[in-house]
Amino acid sequence: MVRIEDYVPIVGQPTIDELFQLAEHVKGKHVQNINSTAVGGGVAEILSRMIPLLNQLGVVARWDVIKGNEKFYVTTKKFHNGLHGVAVDVGKEEYEWFLEVNRQNAAELSFEDIVFVHDPQPIALIERRKDLGKNWIWRCHIDFSRPDKTIWKFLEQFILQYDSAVFSAPAFARKLSIPQILISPSIDPLSDKNKDLPEEVIAKVFDQFHIDRSRPVVTQISRFDYLKDPLGVIRAYKLVKEHIDLQLVLAGGGATDDPEGPAIMQQVQEEAAKDKDIIVLFLPPSSDIEINALQRGSTVVLQKSLKEGFGLTVSEALWKGRPTIATAVGGIPLQIAHKHSGILTHSVEGTSYWIKQLINEPEFAKRLGNNGKEHIKNNFLITRHIRDYLLLFISLFHKGDVVDLA
Amino acid sequence: MSEFYFNTKLDQTVLLGRKARNLSELLDGVQDVPESCIYYHTHKYLRQHHYLSPEPPNDFAYWVTQVLNEQTLGERISSVDIIQFQNLDELRRAFVDIIQSHLEGTERLPSAPLGQEFHFMASRTYVMNTPYVAHSLEEFNDVLQHVSINTLYYHIFEAKLRLEKGENDFSRWFRDLGKPELADRVARLDPYTYTLEGLRNKLIQLVETYGSN
Repeated sequence: MVRIEDYVPIVGQPTIDELFQLAEHVKGKHVQNINSTAVGGGVAEILSRMIPLLNQLGVVARWDVIKGNEKFYVTTKKFHNGLHGVAVDVGKEEYEWFLEVNRQNAAELSFEDIVFVHDPQPIALIERRKDLGKNWIWRCHIDFSRPDKTIWKFLEQFILQYDSAVFSAPAFARKLSIPQILISPSIDPLSDKNKDLPEEVIAKVFDQFHIDRSRPVVTQISRFDYLKDPLGVIRAYKLVKEHIDLQLVLAGGGATDDPEGPAIMQQVQEEAAKDKDIIVLFLPPSSDIEINALQRGSTVVLQKSLKEGFGLTVSEALWKGRPTIATAVGGIPLQIAHKHSGILTHSVEGTSYWIKQLINEPEFAKRLGNNGKEHIKNNFLITRHIRDYLLLFISLFHKGDVVDLA
Repeated sequence: MSEFYFNTKLDQTVLLGRKARNLSELLDGVQDVPESCIYYHTHKYLRQHHYLSPEPPNDFAYWVTQVLNEQTLGERISSVDIIQFQNLDELRRAFVDIIQSHLEGTERLPSAPLGQEFHFMASRTYVMNTPYVAHSLEEFNDVLQHVSINTLYYHIFEAKLRLEKGENDFSRWFRDLGKPELADRVARLDPYTYTLEGLRNKLIQLVETYGSN
């Protein structure tokens, strides 16, 4: 099991000392996380890592998962899509069943001092507040920038009953009468996807996939769907290829909700069939070491998404000190300050221009990579995420812009 | 002899749910957001990119330059000399004056592309004590080498502009110790032009040079 002290060599002793000091102010309050899935997905991943670390810091934290049937999850999937801005039709009966499942769970659960509810599925548990009291926080992990109005109105009546709402990116905030806190997601530098790798492991992965490291390698790690714009990446690569002999690696899992996904994937494969320097890798979910190695061994890493929730793959690439070019969407501008810690682009042409610059100016590229790594170290590691959660719990019991805990 | 107790601070980012699409909306926002919002947008880069030199500009200047492509205005906003201001309301007025005078001289009102609007946010600060106390300048320099950059940040930036103590905490203590020259030299530093590690080294050097005077 990972210990909180294992992070000292990465973030320094004062940072870990501050976490212990903050945790002192949460002593005596029990924290209960509630979401809808124990495995799979980013929320379960971060909770499974964070809960043991919170407990090591002395915060009594537990994690409960609500129960629902298929009908419930069909409705919540519609909510999810609707919050992303996709047109959906949720019937009256579906809203009622959603509430019924929440009420059944609320009747079975026991609640702690701080109830930390994740995402829309368990949001209506807050109905218990009127008879239980306690402190309630709602944490939204999903893109909320252009929600369907009807679904938003339905959820808003519950959100407003919480003490605070937490969002992952500034664009997701709305005009609400309760405090809204920004807490970005994070990466774990000790996970298989991000830990240091010996050079021989990196070399082995590149050999395994027949990628030639004597020539520049540009890589994008992402699902093969429209929103990740793999065809735009190929167009940018082709513009660069007129001047530089490079290879393009497109690697990722195939799981996608995008109805255009199969068509996009077919076009990507057709392009790859015409050019041996376009390497397409469909990786199974257990490929964390391979992804880690591909990022570490690449000359430049791309994230040319058309839309992103947060885009944590950018943090993963920057943490490895890789010069990174990404589009200025979702949470990506939080991770990259243009020309300081990476490059932000808006077009295929801009992306190809910067790929050429970074390959031809390795010193500049290296500086961006070093700055990017430092930026992630200070702002997007799990230790910062724990700090933000502790401050969030403490904020429930204090008012004012400057809170004196001294 | 008086002691110096080192504090530290941690920040929480509060989302105000308000955004600006163009300069007119930016001006409206700057005029009536809380002071903790002006503080956030003028100090965020310092906190998040404290290792970078030259420092990226404040958030207002970054957005005006990178998103609205208003280079001259961006340069004027980034040149506001924050160290000259005694409180956040004065600083707010400086930004208002610059944006207002720009808008009076132009009919152009470029809009940010969808998704690149300016989002107003604010800082909520939590102050904590640390185990470190200095009874002398020698101890002060020793401690300064070990404290987190949050400690440095709190005593230099937060104390003067946000807590409106008139000058930074270190200079006030040096004055109490009867070291006016050292106090003046630290007060005259423009901390916004250093990385925080650079600032730490500069302070140590000033204490070594002027501490015995």
